[in-house]
Amino acid sequence: MYKIVTKKRLNPTVTQMEIEAPLVAAKALPGQFIILRVDEEGERIPLTVAGTDKEKGTVKIIFQIVGRTTEKLNHKNEGEFIQDFAGPLGAATHTDGIKKVCIVGGGVGCAIAMPVAQEFHRLGAGVTSIIGFRSKELLILEDEFRACSDKLVVMTDDGSYARQGNVTVPLKEFLEAGEKFDMIITIGPLIMMKFVVAAAKPFDVPVTASMNPIMIDGTGMCGGCRLTLTQDGKKVTKFACVDGPDFNGYEIDFDEAMSRGRMYVEYEHRAYEDACNLFKGVK
Amino acid sequence: MQKPNMSLTKNPMPTQDSKVRAHNFSEVALGYSGDTAIDEAMRCLNCKNMPCVAGCPVNIHIPEFISKIKEGEFEEAYRIISKSSSLPAVCGRVCPQETQCECQCVRGKKGEPVGIGRLERFVADWHNSHIDEPPAYPVSNGHRVAIVGSGPSGLTCAGDLAKKGYKVTVYEALHTAGGVLVYGIPEFRLPKAIVAKEVETLKALGVEIVPNVVIGKTLTVDELFDMGFEAVFIGSGAGLPNFMGIPGESLKGVYSANEFLTRSNLMKAYLDAPETPIMKGGNVAVVGGGNVAMDAARTALRLGAEKVYIVYRRSMEELPARKEEVEHAQEEGVDFRLLNNPVQILGYENPDDPRAPKNGFVTGMKCIKMELGEPDERGRRRPIPVEGSEFVLDVDTVVISIGTSPNPLIKNTTKGLEVNSHGGIIVNEDGLTSRNAVYAGGDAVTGAATVISAMGAGKTAAKAIDEYIMSKEEV
Repeated sequence: MYKIVTKKRLNPTVTQMEIEAPLVAAKALPGQFIILRVDEEGERIPLTVAGTDKEKGTVKIIFQIVGRTTEKLNHKNEGEFIQDFAGPLGAATHTDGIKKVCIVGGGVGCAIAMPVAQEFHRLGAGVTSIIGFRSKELLILEDEFRACSDKLVVMTDDGSYARQGNVTVPLKEFLEAGEKFDMIITIGPLIMMKFVVAAAKPFDVPVTASMNPIMIDGTGMCGGCRLTLTQDGKKVTKFACVDGPDFNGYEIDFDEAMSRGRMYVEYEHRAYEDACNLFKGVK
Repeated sequence: MQKPNMSLTKNPMPTQDSKVRAHNFSEVALGYSGDTAIDEAMRCLNCKNMPCVAGCPVNIHIPEFISKIKEGEFEEAYRIISKSSSLPAVCGRVCPQETQCECQCVRGKKGEPVGIGRLERFVADWHNSHIDEPPAYPVSNGHRVAIVGSGPSGLTCAGDLAKKGYKVTVYEALHTAGGVLVYGIPEFRLPKAIVAKEVETLKALGVEIVPNVVIGKTLTVDELFDMGFEAVFIGSGAGLPNFMGIPGESLKGVYSANEFLTRSNLMKAYLDAPETPIMKGGNVAVVGGGNVAMDAARTALRLGAEKVYIVYRRSMEELPARKEEVEHAQEEGVDFRLLNNPVQILGYENPDDPRAPKNGFVTGMKCIKMELGEPDERGRRRPIPVEGSEFVLDVDTVVISIGTSPNPLIKNTTKGLEVNSHGGIIVNEDGLTSRNAVYAGGDAVTGAATVISAMGAGKTAAKAIDEYIMSKEEV
């Protein structure tokens, strides 16, 4: 059992928790993820590590309430316990040789992008961050990004805060203005990452995309998290849990990943409604 | 002395009716009664040279335990088995006895061999349902050993060392102990309560099981030594599933056997309102001919499939699954499409509506007929495609069960640990790897094999670890 040490609501659908897991905290690096189960009957879900406190032995997770499991997790309070918490899994984000980086985060993906931005900042790299949200009330982590970025652009789809538009708009502006990034790292909805890759392509800037497919074991056993990459003209299968979660954005088949991500949408929707009704006490 | 039972056939194993069991997850084989067990035990001639024992990877004293059954001393029989095996209720169910102990049995020369596996199962089940007293707690020898993985090799190694007085800690990556016994082998062949019971027995011997620790990630092998463990046994299992590399393998509805079985077994997706979803119903094709393929096919049936196919590129003669599993699958209605090879998985695509909910789901699998040619270097006749014989099998789900490749996590984080060209850890006859005090066994070494061979490897390593640590002490 793993104790919830702190819990904080970041916006109406996004919650941050610090979980007591000293072994994971001691090892976790930006870009890695954990697998958790809320309770004995729960499913295993992957969540990216949003930070660690090695002294306290805690791991920070930030999650959006999108389904039954995250709904159940959100109903747990400080001082309560979750059943299982394993990690850190996956490979850490590569930072070697990157002196100037552009971090492009979307929605709750910003929670994953934030520790990556902080890490580059700590290493002395120049950090430009572009973070996008649907609207003002979904905005998270603005202050944290400001603290670790040399430049920060905040975008909202509906213009309810900061600039209106997609994250690709300022990205293109930077690139057209001649900014030379060693790497663009993008974390967020698949469709957003696909367009970030498309925006970067004419400028020949490398793009790393952090993938978050459906997983079960997360340790390289089930193969459910497989992605198709095109390398040297050949299609290859890779596993996000052990080969990733970061991949070369130009090689990823985003359309396939989007399709696979929707495999259980109908089922999940029903399960989420059931869970919501359960918590409301409705039969 | 009673006269031996000279019947040429084994006492049949009572089973659930095939029509009924094809729709439930309860155990297929029901087990012998005490009387049947005694009657079957009487078929054993108690041969002096005990050929059966040599056929057993963990060398259970077979004639000895069978003699106790003859006398109705079932608990004594259990004690004899448990001296050699840490998982008797498991072995009695999933060992391929027909190629091990039973194929050495003298009675098998004329008629059927003694039903050793069925007797072992009987004894273990009798013990589990009649005896509640925990095993004697061994006297500690003060030495600590770490085991990586709680599958059959790890649990066996842990049990043997614990009985010798070692303080054993087993690290498991998943949330439940048992490895393939809980995520892979289905409930109807090996009830999870039985695995849990065997694990409890090991805990009673002082074995500590730590879930949610991924060695190679959470901790490394070197850190285990820093923590004071004197030897490490790696039994991390088979690893990542192989795919065929044909178009359509990423469509929705295509699973590896590992994923399909893990969803159903470990994550209990077979229950009515599971938290972990799985595709149920429709037509299902399982590609492959091993035991795992049989498990997947029979699981699909029980999940409510209308039609389940086994698609295998060679003929029944080459099909590697146990005969008993194949017969059970056939009785339950699994349709064997032999000498067929998939060439493409087909999916639904509505070009007018890219958001159509059915887009990207499997609609069928294109196969080509095969014929057998000349034997290959391993002596198996090579399958050759029959030109122009393609046809489409109408399926909604495809389960790929064509083996696995070793997991790279431990290799990548353990300096000096040598692996072969397939990624399997290289060991000597004692299970010792290229690293001092690091041993390995099971699928992590051999690639996908049987539960009992993994247990044999765990046993061999436990003996070698004991000798290694004791010799260190003498110095």
